[in-house]
Amino acid sequence: MALDPVCGMEVKSPSKFYVHYDGKHYEFCSENCMNKFKAEPAKYIKGDNLNSDLTSEEHKHHNNSAHEKKTDATYKISSEGIEKITIPISALHYAAGINIVEDEIKKLSGVKSAKINFAASSAHVEFNNKEISAKDIIEKINQAGYETNKATLQIGIGGMYCGSCVTKIENELKKVHGVMSASVELGTDTALIDYSPSSVNIPEIKGVIEKLGYKTYSTSGVKPIKAKDEKQGAEEPVDEDQVAREKEYKTLMRKFIFAAMVALPVVFFSYPELWGLPVQFQKGSEMLRYIWIAMSLISLPVMLWSGSQFYTGAWVAFKNKSANMHTLIATGISAAWIYSAVATYFPSIFPNEKLTGQFFDVIAVVVALVVLGMALEIKAKGRSSEAIKKLIGLQAKTAKVLRGGKETDVPVEEVVLDDIIIVKPGEKIPVDGVLTEGYSSVDESMITGEPIAVEKREGDEVIGGTINKTGSFKFKTTKVGKDTALAQIIQMVGQAQSSKAPIQKIVDKVAGYFVPTVIIIAILSFVGWFDFGPQPNLIYALIVFVTVLVIACPCALGLATPISLMVGVGKGAENGILIRSGDALETAQKINAIVLDKTGTITEGKPSLTDVISTNGFDESIILALSASIEKASEHPLADAIVKGAEEKSLELFEPKNFNAVPGHGVEATVNERKVLLGNKKMMTKFNITLNGLEEKSVQLADEGKTPMFVAIDGQAAGIIAVADIVKRDSKEAIEELKKIGLEIVMITGDNARTANAIAKQVGVDRVLAEVLPEDKAANVKKLQDEGKKVAMVGDGINDAPALAQADIGLAIGTGTDVAIEASDITLIKGSLKGVVLAIQLSKATMKNIKQNLFGAFFYNALGLPIAAGFLFPFFGILLSPMIAGAAMAFSSVTVVTNANRLRNFRQKEK
Amino acid sequence: MTIEQILVTIGGIGTAIWVAWYFWLSEKKAVKIQTALSGIQEAFITVKGGYTPDVLIFDAGKPIKLNFHREETAACSEQVIFDDFQKQATLTTNKTIPIELKIDKPGEYEFHCAMGMLRGKLIVK
Repeated sequence: MALDPVCGMEVKSPSKFYVHYDGKHYEFCSENCMNKFKAEPAKYIKGDNLNSDLTSEEHKHHNNSAHEKKTDATYKISSEGIEKITIPISALHYAAGINIVEDEIKKLSGVKSAKINFAASSAHVEFNNKEISAKDIIEKINQAGYETNKATLQIGIGGMYCGSCVTKIENELKKVHGVMSASVELGTDTALIDYSPSSVNIPEIKGVIEKLGYKTYSTSGVKPIKAKDEKQGAEEPVDEDQVAREKEYKTLMRKFIFAAMVALPVVFFSYPELWGLPVQFQKGSEMLRYIWIAMSLISLPVMLWSGSQFYTGAWVAFKNKSANMHTLIATGISAAWIYSAVATYFPSIFPNEKLTGQFFDVIAVVVALVVLGMALEIKAKGRSSEAIKKLIGLQAKTAKVLRGGKETDVPVEEVVLDDIIIVKPGEKIPVDGVLTEGYSSVDESMITGEPIAVEKREGDEVIGGTINKTGSFKFKTTKVGKDTALAQIIQMVGQAQSSKAPIQKIVDKVAGYFVPTVIIIAILSFVGWFDFGPQPNLIYALIVFVTVLVIACPCALGLATPISLMVGVGKGAENGILIRSGDALETAQKINAIVLDKTGTITEGKPSLTDVISTNGFDESIILALSASIEKASEHPLADAIVKGAEEKSLELFEPKNFNAVPGHGVEATVNERKVLLGNKKMMTKFNITLNGLEEKSVQLADEGKTPMFVAIDGQAAGIIAVADIVKRDSKEAIEELKKIGLEIVMITGDNARTANAIAKQVGVDRVLAEVLPEDKAANVKKLQDEGKKVAMVGDGINDAPALAQADIGLAIGTGTDVAIEASDITLIKGSLKGVVLAIQLSKATMKNIKQNLFGAFFYNALGLPIAAGFLFPFFGILLSPMIAGAAMAFSSVTVVTNANRLRNFRQKEK
Repeated sequence: MTIEQILVTIGGIGTAIWVAWYFWLSEKKAVKIQTALSGIQEAFITVKGGYTPDVLIFDAGKPIKLNFHREETAACSEQVIFDDFQKQATLTTNKTIPIELKIDKPGEYEFHCAMGMLRGKLIVK
């Protein structure tokens, strides 16, 4: 990818449209941009980092910076009335949609170009504002079936007296680029403005109104319309689902208490012999008949109120020709009640007095227990989703923003890009940004899982939601609103938690047939017992019928996978591991080979100075100072390492003169009146420098995986400067642990075999694939897959994207706030290989838990149904009471949820 | 066998067959969703013990918007999942949650709740 210097868009390299200018290669998205550049190239060359003629290593850095640039405000106006707009689009979920929207926009007259960026879910449109307005384009996008992301701002306006004020403000606002619509209401003195947050910010909008001579009140923050009702006085972010769950829990508990209170006397009078009650309460007595009548009446509210959800649920499902748990319970308790009522009111119907019985106790007890089970399940489920609640709770509410030289507290929603924010010790960092002034240590454990506070100095990234520990500092915001790392983590975790693991497919198949099958089993059991059972056959048949219906628990079966997945994914997020889906989680524990990208994964990813060797009596610091002075003029990443190395030693650097780069050899320049050569062996040979035994040292350094460069001063060999991409602190340990899990470890790199082998030796990797071009990484992963292996690939999310996608599991090592990496199945926020170990262990633990749940649920139903149907009766005389069945059913689903919650105690296994 | 037993047997087996037919074999009523002027096929689905309507017919190649409105608090129906499109949504009670799709290939695509107890189908022609 390259960056179009004109529109700032990312362009697939090599592009059809390119220009060589001033020794550099520029690529463009379109002919239009290219022509513009040709006309006024100087206008577009701001930085020099737009050069796309880079080596693969440099590509990484280049692309990273291009990536960050994307979030900058993207509204540009050029003189001819051509405007560019970036419109965030939601619901771009699949590639097919892109073409439609693009084509639709392109069809509009006045539109010069339209390009949709799938990864960023945004449309970049270039149009002539004389022919068409931004609003028309947005409308077109909406018509194509997509939503444009807009923020809605409600602000109070003071000083409006008449209708003309309204029109004036509205018209003026609509002229603002990025404002999609504005409606001002005189009655309430408010304006409701829809705008694109990436194009315009609130202070700008307010500025427009104030310029017209009105006052604005920042009454409320920016929230999407949907959330409007939420903000009424609500300080805390409200999890509506949680509120609903809480309400449901309370209702269910009330229903349970009522059913339980009814159940007590009903059970008491149902077994007069058991308690040894006086004869007037015994079976056949007049008194007992009245009690039965009372019981029949009192059990009605139990069924129709405490058990109302069974009837409504069953009825709606029935209308849809489907059946569920409610169908089973509703059928069971209805059958019990009808029989009991007939026995109570018309006992004479039955030829044998023995046949008259009642099951009101069953109704009350079953309803009470099942309702209690449902309530407990909701409670336990709330705990299962704790992880995401914790994440949501991390979001800051206010920020101290420096505006107009003053420190003001503003709601976090009003923080815009490029704001300068002040953070004091102990405060929460509100959004993502780059530290501009000050120094501190920051606790990032809540995001990365890393318990040790991280030192931050100028130029370092800070992540919103983390806590500043010691010092005060200022930072410039780079991501706000839903683009922040935290917001994206929350979104990803939420999606993953509600996704499905493939193992669930078996359950889905079963679930569709489960309930009707149970009903059929119940009916057939009834017939069997009626025809062949002992006397009183009707009573036995009915008991079996109700027991079968009640004991079956589709809920335990259905809950088994999703609930464990939810806890597992949440646990991952707590440890800085973002799992994209249930599919990823399930596949991660199946892998047997793991491919590790060298640069940035095993190593730090940026070179640093490692050795300075001197000869011919030259001083090491002079060699370094002179070399660094030359390299200051160069843009090579290796040069940067040398300059940094010199700066760290506080060496004085000089301005190089007569700088000359010899392609493929090195550089020469005059520094501080001395002629300095810096380069490879060819460079030294070219200038007839005798190397004086430096050659062997250089080979030795190269064998260690370092990049040596010869330095000659005033025509004499002076020494060697070596730089290397050093191995991350814990890479070796992590690789050992991966080996212990039993994985084959393969290192892949574009570097030469010698460097690659040196690093491999350091960290203990046996198989090395060196000199692999970035575009061939995916093919190499494929090769391993062809060996019959399930392959995981660990790399960065940009250059390694195709390889990550090719692998069975792509794990992206996150860098700072870049967490939503499209190509990856799992993102490791911490950037350490240890995360890979943890991710695999977590996936194994979660899958084990899911299997326990599924086994438990299948086993329970497979065992429970035959027992309930009375299969044990002929052999052992065992017949379940429907009440026991009710208890078993209620607690089987609670057990599943409780088992899943055990995963919350997951810890990384030590050794 | 007594007369009662014979009657119960016939009745029982008959009911069992009816259950199998009703839940598995009988044709579900499908609703044809019209395309609005904007080109979107928009449907409203009430979630309460099931999806109403639960079988929807769409035209292939046009954007589809399904607005789910969940009118119950039972945790069962909290999620709706479209396996074929790797999509899911959490349905907040008493809120309209839209799901947008575009299906180019004619066929039948199922959707269901997290536990697979509630089911629905999109028929794309």
